[in-house]
Amino acid sequence: MRGATHARWAVCAVAVALAATACGGGSGSGGTGAVLSASWGDPQNPLEPANTNEVQGGKVLDMIFRGLKRYDPETGEAKDMLAERIETSDSQNYTVTVKDGWTFSNGEKVTARSFVDAWNYGANLKNNQRNAYFFGYIEGYDEVHPEDGGEQRADTLSGLKVVDERTFTVRLSQKFSGFPDTLGYNAFAPLPRAFFDDHDAWVRKPVGNGPYLVDSYARGSQMSLRTWADYPGPDKARNGGVDLKVYTDNNTAYTDLMAGNLDLVDDVPAAQLKNVGNDLGDRYLSTPAGIIQTLAFPYYDENWNRPGMEKVRRGLSMAIDRKQITDTIFRKTRTPATDWTSPVLGEDGGFKADLCGEACAYRPEEAKRLIAEGGGLPGGRVTLTYNADTGSHREWVDAVCNSINNALDDERACTGNPVGTFADFRNQITRQRMTGPFRAGWQMDYPLIQNFLQPLYYTNASSNDGKWSDKEFDDLVDRANQETDVTRAVGLFQQAEEVVRDRMAAIPLWYQNGSAGWSERLSDVRLNPFSVPVYDQIKVS
Amino acid sequence: MSEQHYESERVVAVTGVGGTVDLGTDGTETPAKAPGGPGGPGGPGPRGRPRSLWSDAWRDLRRNPVFIVSGLVICFLVLISLWPSAIASGSPLECDLAKAQEGSQAGHPFGFDGQGCDVYTRTVHGARTSVAVGVCATLGVAVLGSVLGALAGYFGGVWDAVLSRVTDVFFAIPVVLGGLVLLSVITSNTVWPVIGFIVLLGWPQIARIARGSVITVKQNDYVQAARALGASHTRLLLRHIAPNAVAPVIVVATIALGTYIALEATLSYLGVGLKPPSVSWGIDISAASPYIRNAPHALLWPSGALAITVLAFIMLGDAVRDALDPKLR
Amino acid sequence: MGRYVVRRLLQMIPVFAGATLLIFLMVNVMGDPIAGLCGERRCDPATAARLRAEFGLDKPVWQQYLTYMGNVFTGDFGTAFNGQEVTELMSTAFPVTLRLTLIAILFEVVIGITLGVVTGLRRGRPVDTGVLLFTLVVISVPTFVTGLLLQLLLGVKWGWIRPSVSSEAPLDELLLPGLVLASVSLAYVTRLTRTSIAENRRSDYVRTAVAKGLPRRRVVTRHLLRNSLIPVVTFIGADVGFLMGGAIVTERIFNIHGVGYQLYQGILRQNTQTVVGFVTVLVLVFLVANLVVDLLYAVLDPRIRYV
Repeated sequence: MRGATHARWAVCAVAVALAATACGGGSGSGGTGAVLSASWGDPQNPLEPANTNEVQGGKVLDMIFRGLKRYDPETGEAKDMLAERIETSDSQNYTVTVKDGWTFSNGEKVTARSFVDAWNYGANLKNNQRNAYFFGYIEGYDEVHPEDGGEQRADTLSGLKVVDERTFTVRLSQKFSGFPDTLGYNAFAPLPRAFFDDHDAWVRKPVGNGPYLVDSYARGSQMSLRTWADYPGPDKARNGGVDLKVYTDNNTAYTDLMAGNLDLVDDVPAAQLKNVGNDLGDRYLSTPAGIIQTLAFPYYDENWNRPGMEKVRRGLSMAIDRKQITDTIFRKTRTPATDWTSPVLGEDGGFKADLCGEACAYRPEEAKRLIAEGGGLPGGRVTLTYNADTGSHREWVDAVCNSINNALDDERACTGNPVGTFADFRNQITRQRMTGPFRAGWQMDYPLIQNFLQPLYYTNASSNDGKWSDKEFDDLVDRANQETDVTRAVGLFQQAEEVVRDRMAAIPLWYQNGSAGWSERLSDVRLNPFSVPVYDQIKVS
Repeated sequence: MSEQHYESERVVAVTGVGGTVDLGTDGTETPAKAPGGPGGPGGPGPRGRPRSLWSDAWRDLRRNPVFIVSGLVICFLVLISLWPSAIASGSPLECDLAKAQEGSQAGHPFGFDGQGCDVYTRTVHGARTSVAVGVCATLGVAVLGSVLGALAGYFGGVWDAVLSRVTDVFFAIPVVLGGLVLLSVITSNTVWPVIGFIVLLGWPQIARIARGSVITVKQNDYVQAARALGASHTRLLLRHIAPNAVAPVIVVATIALGTYIALEATLSYLGVGLKPPSVSWGIDISAASPYIRNAPHALLWPSGALAITVLAFIMLGDAVRDALDPKLR
Repeated sequence: MGRYVVRRLLQMIPVFAGATLLIFLMVNVMGDPIAGLCGERRCDPATAARLRAEFGLDKPVWQQYLTYMGNVFTGDFGTAFNGQEVTELMSTAFPVTLRLTLIAILFEVVIGITLGVVTGLRRGRPVDTGVLLFTLVVISVPTFVTGLLLQLLLGVKWGWIRPSVSSEAPLDELLLPGLVLASVSLAYVTRLTRTSIAENRRSDYVRTAVAKGLPRRRVVTRHLLRNSLIPVVTFIGADVGFLMGGAIVTERIFNIHGVGYQLYQGILRQNTQTVVGFVTVLVLVFLVANLVVDLLYAVLDPRIRYV
């Protein structure tokens, strides 16, 4: 508590220095000026927008950047932020107009060029950006980023053209009606010249255009973000700032929260879920996030791809008591999956509760019969492969196996197969070494039904780890992408999803919730559909 | 200041360690030798056979209640390792998630773990793996470590330099790295790779202890005397140095036994130890640990079993050590 | 003596080369780390190739090793996957861990040896049994659980300490983690001391000392303890390295960004540069600790001489 008072004074000093805003009580727009501390994990990659592909780095980017679009923290709907308009007549050529009056926190104006330069940087093979593929829809991507290992023939995307200070055009290599809705993703954030001029300094202390600015960054231990007093956007922060503290373990963060040393924990450890009510009372939240867990199959393995196996896969799905597992192991922080998308999409966005129907219900008898009909498990056994190093997967894999074994009346039908490291796990997948179902988790990049289907099940898509391939599915997705009418596009995607269901391309397990617990000082804590706290809305007393 | 201690040490050498001082004779090992032979002040052995330190120790042990109790416990552990079904008829793999974390109830005295498996059955069935890993790994480590450590300490010089520096290199390998590299290539689902791995990474510790111990003991006058009388290296090491240098090795080994049982679980949790569905105390302890606030019983029983095992071996080690120490007679 | 030390220092060179090569090869054998950098999706081959080139993974192993060692001698330990320099990681991790290790060793020496002497002199008495029970608990209950329970009790319920260690990691915050880290070693030290004391207690030089009328305290500390310390010193010397590099669980529970934690992360992410860098320093610690232990032998037992 003493620390908190100190922090408040420090923030006031910073705020005064910056813009002489009122400190303490009584300020109308800026909140009370108090700073909250929140748990964090060390970002795995350098903090560049197009290089950040995990949630910890994403948290920071979400605080210090605003893009053309922003996903509504409540509904997930993509709303214009810096975009004044994004116009198209053919779903392939887009004209983007940037709002006037936005600047970066170092004073530089946000212009059309800020976006074009940033996107060109992100796509360019030379810059080793992990998220370069996000620019893959833009014309000329093949030349700045030849994926086949060929020679790089251009430094900039030919599909991007700056028209004037506030306007640029985007030409896609194919029709994609959902394109504007993808622009809320961090990779599409604008970048100031400072990023290119003194890159090392920028990475040590990033400068963006969001409601917070980086005050100090001690790599590996803490990042202090402070409210940017001159932030031009409508979503000004309601607190004085956020201190993100790196924790070695989420359980430690939780203990620190209980001891009053931390204000916000955004990942309550599974083992503590049973105690949350006692420890925190109503200062706990669990809301659906755009994450679905599935079991994928190795279709390159003859055993899992012969005719009749769809019955076995369906049978396995019906042998899993999802409700029991989500209730007991996950304490209802996950919800049994009934389709292959996520409830955060909403009915209009393409989520269809019960699209899976019987195939996702627990029917042990039926499961046994179907597996027998389909020719039985290959070799009478099935192993579920997962990586043992991150996220305690062991527990649910054991529970799924127990459920299958109980349904099949065979203690050794299903066993878990842990792989030591995530890198090794991914290597085995990319080298197609899997011999049975394996863990597959998908966190959406943007809240579109397309994002839950195309990258995972389209022939040779980037996350189609099982190498599933189905002509009918591919055709439906192609048609849906070309469809300009949103409702009809969603309808086509759902038809494609039905193909996934009928072939049981992957077994959907459950939708994951984001969870958060907070101290008595905080109010208005919410999580967005990406399970990241909406920091700017939090009030600190 | 230090001289006076060692002066009196000579007295120990002559009186206390009696039997071991007279080395000129080789006869102590063969019953054929005449009774009342060149024994120490202690006189001839019970069966007309000259008393060696080891046979003295064995005679002492058989009468030591601590040894008897620990021996009985160890026998019991071995028996349930071989025939777990004798006292736990259920299957350790039969789990019903609906009963997860429930406490003790009729037919399930220890309650259920996080997966709804019966804790009693799993604890009994876990003995096989855990006792096998603990005992075999400890024996392996103790033998390999003692031999290499003793050689380094006894011969010194180049032997010491080479052996000790090899020890240093092995010390440098982090367990996690070693496990991920060496064990992930092995597909066998038995305890042997795990035991082999523990021996491979565990011996340097014992080697160091043994080396230090041998370096001290070899300075003792009775060793010097034996050497002067022309005893061979083997004889010196086995009959004069080993019995007096073994105590620290026993202490470290008996405690290490418990940590090896836990290490097996660490390896299994890294995905490189025993592949599921294997049952061991270590695995159950690891699984129950995060839930200590809600279901301590799931941790208590496997931990208790581990504690009893370690206790039995510590007591055994103590008894053996006492038996080897003539000063305590 | 001087020549012995010089010889030992020279011996460090082959050990150093051997250990780094061994660790280098081991991390390499783990396979390609790049696949783990792209989240739950396939790295696109072009970016993967670029990343491999950036970290020098596209060259043959021997060439990688030589380049790496060449760089090490110029003080460049490479970069971790998140772009942070390994020297920077080490300069934050090692001081914290060093403090933690010192505290743990201090506990081992003070508590361990005291309990060892007390139990060694009072074998079979209640205090001996009590310490035995404590030993059993420490061995059979994982550090994770003891750490967690102490954290909840002292940090949350009673509010005596901060449950987590702040990034500056001052000594007082490291007391509890140090104790938890030392717990298993404490068991070893206590029992080693106890056994040695019990063994030497009946030695004639002790009897002589007592007979000479020396005060009991002086007999215990000057005569008995000094001659009983060699196995204990050996153990602690070997333990230094373990405590520094292997405090994975303790560092995780108490939020200490130390060597064990960083090394563990480096291993899981298969980052050669981090792992070899940290292990290299650890090897030096081992070697120095062992040398110190060997020199201590001669101090504790003057009959042992080094030439």
